Amino acid sequence: MRKVAVVGTGHTDFAAESPKTEIEMFCEAATEAMAECETGPEKIQALYCGNVFGDFAEGQGMIQSYIANELGMHNIPATRFEGACASATIAIRDAFMWVASGFYDIVLVGGTEKATAMGTPLATRTFAMGTDAKYEFAAGLTFPGFFALLAHLYAHTYQVPMERLREQMSLVSVQSHFYGTKNPHAQFKHKEITVDQVSNGFMVASPLRLLDCCPFSDGAAALVLASEDAAKKLTDKPVFITGTGQASSPRLSAQAPYLPRLRAREISAKQAYDMAGIGPADIDICELHDCFSIASIIAAENLGFAENGTAGQLWEKGETKINGQIPINVSGGLKAKGHPIGATGASQTCEIVRQLRGDLADTGRQVDGAKTGLVDTLGGDGTIANLVLQSAW
Amino acid sequence: MEYKLSFRQYHKGLIKNKLLGLSCPRCGAVTCPPQMSCRSCTAYDLEITELSGRGKITTFTTIAVAPEGRESEAPYIVVLVELEEGPWIMGNLYDMDPSRADLSLIGRQVELGCRVYPGDRYSDGPMARPAFRFV
Repeated sequence: MRKVAVVGTGHTDFAAESPKTEIEMFCEAATEAMAECETGPEKIQALYCGNVFGDFAEGQGMIQSYIANELGMHNIPATRFEGACASATIAIRDAFMWVASGFYDIVLVGGTEKATAMGTPLATRTFAMGTDAKYEFAAGLTFPGFFALLAHLYAHTYQVPMERLREQMSLVSVQSHFYGTKNPHAQFKHKEITVDQVSNGFMVASPLRLLDCCPFSDGAAALVLASEDAAKKLTDKPVFITGTGQASSPRLSAQAPYLPRLRAREISAKQAYDMAGIGPADIDICELHDCFSIASIIAAENLGFAENGTAGQLWEKGETKINGQIPINVSGGLKAKGHPIGATGASQTCEIVRQLRGDLADTGRQVDGAKTGLVDTLGGDGTIANLVLQSAW
Repeated sequence: MEYKLSFRQYHKGLIKNKLLGLSCPRCGAVTCPPQMSCRSCTAYDLEITELSGRGKITTFTTIAVAPEGRESEAPYIVVLVELEEGPWIMGNLYDMDPSRADLSLIGRQVELGCRVYPGDRYSDGPMARPAFRFV
């Protein structure tokens, strides 16, 4: 298997009610990524695109082929990946495998989404399509509801008093908004929030309130991947994908009695760590899937950064900030950067690559000297993927 | 291989307050709601069994923001229930004011009732759902 590097990154602004189409947003991110490594469309051999709700948002299916054409990559194979919020991450993992195998040398991968075009009621309905349509949606389960069930189970299982968990969850959102103000692409780049605002916001699904939840978002992100040999000609700072993992979960009720731990994430993360030959202590920076505040706390435990029942303390002690033990979501995360779900995994990966290259100096969110980063993306909770990225200069 | 206990059969049973599941001759585990393989040992050769419908609440949430078309249902309580026979299933709890649901619900004993969600344009028909009440 060959080594595979990220040689170019592109990222649009994340926003509500973007005036751009999903195809336009993808193409803007893609051309930025291609310009970074001076790679024209004639060199791209295949396209991998995460997109979840284009059918509902714009009436556009099969978006991947139109994107390839728009970019002048005529007739190359283009494939759409649907793994709910993890769509782009599983696209990156597949793109990685095609290059690692030797089948392609240079490929384009990313994701695009225009969730706000659906409006909140339809978006809530379509996002709920990631739950089990027959045996869970019947009861009226929504996505906030899914993590709300886990939040109460978490408090009960680990005997964390609800008041303390409430405060910890609020701290997660407050930190994300703090760093979001330092990310010019963030949906909430102008909005800092307080613990009181989170803890007293209107209830969405108890105990989760409005500011525990990431927003609906529009946006795109893209990467150019290249084999080690090809990468040498394209960049001085290749960031290698050294570990990947992916695993699947059944419907929520069938994950008992493992809950509130998410077994599939533990399996996926172990695959990625083992492949890279590292462990959680080696990670300098992590972008994890904070679709809801409680999801961050559970993720940090599943990924090995804290014992079960204790990850909220990382945020209490500031250990998740840029100078802390494990900087988490210093991009603003899904919460403040935004969560255009088909693009999120590419956005997280883009952020980690830019961190490892040291591109973010002077932004107030650069983790100095970061060499190894982890991407964690949870789709519904049925699809989970992880990537380990490492700098090599 | 024919599906042993289809969604439609499960749905028809639930409407009559009969909770159907699958028992595994190989390992003895009970699987509910139904699926092709045993949740414990992955065997396919399962037998239909009727469950008691009794269990205890393991977690809950009160949903205030409902999906499109279901706004009039909110607020409503969603629960996970650990059945006497082992599996967990999802349902609703209609026995109390949703605004008063708190952690004291966890561990409460409940028994099965049924309500039918009529479905929407994406649902391919109605779906019975467990509607629990306190024992």
